Amino acid sequence: MHFAVIQRLIGLLLMLFSTTLLPPIVIDILYQEDAGRAFYYSFMLLFAVGLLLFFPVRKQRGDLRLRDGFMVVVLFWLVLGIAGALPLMLYESLAISFSDAVFESISGLTTTGATVLSGLDALPHSVLFYRQELQWLGGMGIIVLAVAVMPMLGIGGMQLYRAETPGPVKDNKLTPRIAETAKALWYLYLGLTLACFVGYWLAGMSAFDAIGHSFSTVSIGGFSTHDASLGYFDNPWVEFVAILFMFLGGINFALHFAAMRHFNLINYLRDSEFKMYATVLLVISVVSVSYLYINSVVPEFGQAIRQGVFHAVSIATTSGFTLSEFSLWPVFVPVMLLFASFVGGCAGSTGGGMKVIRVLLLIKQGQREMMRLIHPSAQVVVKLGRQPVSDRVINAVWGFFAAYVAVFVFMMLLLMLTGNDQITAFSAVAATINNLGPGLGDVSANYASLGVFDKWVLCFSMLLGRLEVFTLLVLFMPAFWRK
Amino acid sequence: MGSSVAANLASEANDITLVDTKTELLDDLRDRLDIQTVTGHASSPRVLENAGIEDADMLIAVTNSDETNMVACQIAHTLFHTPTKIARVRSASYLQHRELFNNNAVPVDVLISPEQIISSYVHRLIEYPGALQVLDFADGKVQLVGVKAYYGGPLVGHEISTLREHMPGIDARVAAIYRRGKGVVPRGDRVIEADDEVFFIAARKDIRAVMSELRKQESPFKRIMLAGGGNIGMRLAQALEGRYQVKLLERSKSRAQFLSRELDSAIVLLGDSADRDLLLEENIDQMDVFCSLTNDDEANILSAMLAKKLGARKVMSLINRPAYVDLMESQESIDVAISPQQVTIGALLTHVRRGDVVAVHALRRGAAEAIEAIAHGDSKTSKVVGRRIDEVELPEGAAIGALVRGDEVLMAHHDLVIKTEDHLILFLLDKKKIHEVEKLFQVGVTFI
Repeated sequence: MHFAVIQRLIGLLLMLFSTTLLPPIVIDILYQEDAGRAFYYSFMLLFAVGLLLFFPVRKQRGDLRLRDGFMVVVLFWLVLGIAGALPLMLYESLAISFSDAVFESISGLTTTGATVLSGLDALPHSVLFYRQELQWLGGMGIIVLAVAVMPMLGIGGMQLYRAETPGPVKDNKLTPRIAETAKALWYLYLGLTLACFVGYWLAGMSAFDAIGHSFSTVSIGGFSTHDASLGYFDNPWVEFVAILFMFLGGINFALHFAAMRHFNLINYLRDSEFKMYATVLLVISVVSVSYLYINSVVPEFGQAIRQGVFHAVSIATTSGFTLSEFSLWPVFVPVMLLFASFVGGCAGSTGGGMKVIRVLLLIKQGQREMMRLIHPSAQVVVKLGRQPVSDRVINAVWGFFAAYVAVFVFMMLLLMLTGNDQITAFSAVAATINNLGPGLGDVSANYASLGVFDKWVLCFSMLLGRLEVFTLLVLFMPAFWRK
Repeated sequence: MGSSVAANLASEANDITLVDTKTELLDDLRDRLDIQTVTGHASSPRVLENAGIEDADMLIAVTNSDETNMVACQIAHTLFHTPTKIARVRSASYLQHRELFNNNAVPVDVLISPEQIISSYVHRLIEYPGALQVLDFADGKVQLVGVKAYYGGPLVGHEISTLREHMPGIDARVAAIYRRGKGVVPRGDRVIEADDEVFFIAARKDIRAVMSELRKQESPFKRIMLAGGGNIGMRLAQALEGRYQVKLLERSKSRAQFLSRELDSAIVLLGDSADRDLLLEENIDQMDVFCSLTNDDEANILSAMLAKKLGARKVMSLINRPAYVDLMESQESIDVAISPQQVTIGALLTHVRRGDVVAVHALRRGAAEAIEAIAHGDSKTSKVVGRRIDEVELPEGAAIGALVRGDEVLMAHHDLVIKTEDHLILFLLDKKKIHEVEKLFQVGVTFI
């Protein structure tokens, strides 16, 4: 373990992060509200801490080992979770506890979108913007951003990239150089965000809302600047833009990259993961709409389509925007959508969940086992598209699945231990580990009512989900710490 | 492969030099055949020079290595200006890019891929259930098919000449009939009997219709089991897996794993093709076709016989030794014996014989030949061009079956006039007369 190198990196990343507090200050000045000071102090403090960490070891430029990569990423997400909580705590009018602030900050950065705040519409613009910005930074991964913008600082390497990007196969880069790959990802991300902003703006949002929501839509986050989420606007065009960009954000960015580079959409249709992703969304949309309409939950057909499709896409991609109190619907649809959120987005997207490709591989592996029962001497290979998938990857996916289920059950039991009912515990853990956001039962609107211990458990759950379980759990292995 | 090519060519009075790395093999061949041999690596310029490539008209590179073959052609082209270069290239990744093979890139004039030839041969047999042999002429525009006539076929028990009344609009010609192992000259007044093996020629699209005249239409094949996942087995499985349910048996574990990665819907089974329990477990009795394709003749024959006994509808086997081929075809235990050498050599000789005779295929049991020849020249220099079919002086036992003019397929009627560049398909009951046919198509010496 190269602690000096790690310390240097954390210092650098903290300084980088502190600059993201500047836009809220500007917004505060523009709107002439009272939250600017909290951001200003936070900025100074974080920058100073970053500098203090960085300065003594500024000349340590050793290479990062594999283990250091995990360490940096986990440490940084922890540090960032707490650092991001700082402005929220320093803003006195908000009056929230340390746990609540950290919960909100981690929920933002992990693009979960679970909130402990209510009365959003009355909050200063800077605070609202800051929440959206946290999601946007977390969506593509702030470390990937750092890799992109700071190659000259010696932050580089596959180790960090691999530890932060989602998906089972983490070695495919889009370009030969990792920094170029990271840059390409961020350009794409930026482009999508811009397009989404324009879409929202044309659909009739104010510029502020359009920026904020484009941040949390493309990042598959789910924070909104209104308590009623996107339901506040009650505008089919807004919903359409949201559905479109949630859908796009949940696609593997490597596919977007290939499409941009070749000016060709055929790559999407060739990709088995994309096909399954689109199929899942289509099927649950149809089921939701039919159920809502046939059972007269939403008696008007046009409304049923709006509600059904929007919630299906929003929950299944793990965004977590809502139009109405969908948790009050008959339990079938909300629970189905929650289960769909386990599938989540594609690998290499901003979406959460277990990722479509893993589920696809699990299904194929299941088919393979059945095939082996029918033909005991058959040699069966799991393939994606026409490419065989190595057993190593499939084992990793099974291991991931097992770990996911295990930590899920463990945390759900912890929540039930502290007295939450089953629906609340189940949905809260599902909504956080999948980086979804809204749950059912007591956590359908916000998470304020949960106890302090519950919130920390859920913070851990969100980080587990964002860092895909293993990156975080690996730190708990004794072997990790052995020299 | 090289030795059988050499044997075939040497018997046709060509001067042959064989290059190989194995001295013992060459010594043995030199004793048996009238050829020159050189020991060495086939792509080495010095070895090629020793073999006299400077005077050679043709280089045939048929080593096991694609790369060696291509390099040998390249060297022959660049250093020695050899006019014609034939290379055996097996890897599909090369064969996909035909544009590679021209004089500016890899100078190969003719590509030979035995696995491809054999697998497409077997593929054709599978396409026509009931066919004993399917031969392509004129790039597949015309096909020659051998079938066994059964009771119930509308034409069985009738004269050949009634074929046209049975099928107005379809032009087909019976080329040869085998009755109880003997050839029968297919005159118009011959009656087709049950159990006759009838060879007929028709345009590709009409084949099925003609077959249904000779036997009850068989239901198309669906389930196919291939034994042996070598290059032939793999190619065949790849070609078939889209339209049929294919199971592929392979004995070697690493090869089986490789195959399962390469194949999409075919099921690769690890095991011995002679493993009775495995065959039963995989429903051998439900299989429409069982095809053994390993390198081992005995294993092929025995596993095919076993499959037949266990209930496979039709069994085919690859058999290298000519003696076994005859043996098996006269028995009823194997439906179709495929001789890879015969199939491949036929295809290779097609390219070696420049000009007049482009293909000579032996029909089943070898007693008759099907010949594709091109008519060159004009009515003065050629003995065929400008004449009506009944004016051509064919040797005894020979008949013209069909004629391909450009893209058009014409059945040979007696008043059809042959034009230059027509492809003629002839049948010859007596193999010894082949030189007379070749002579017929030679044009005057002044015409090259």
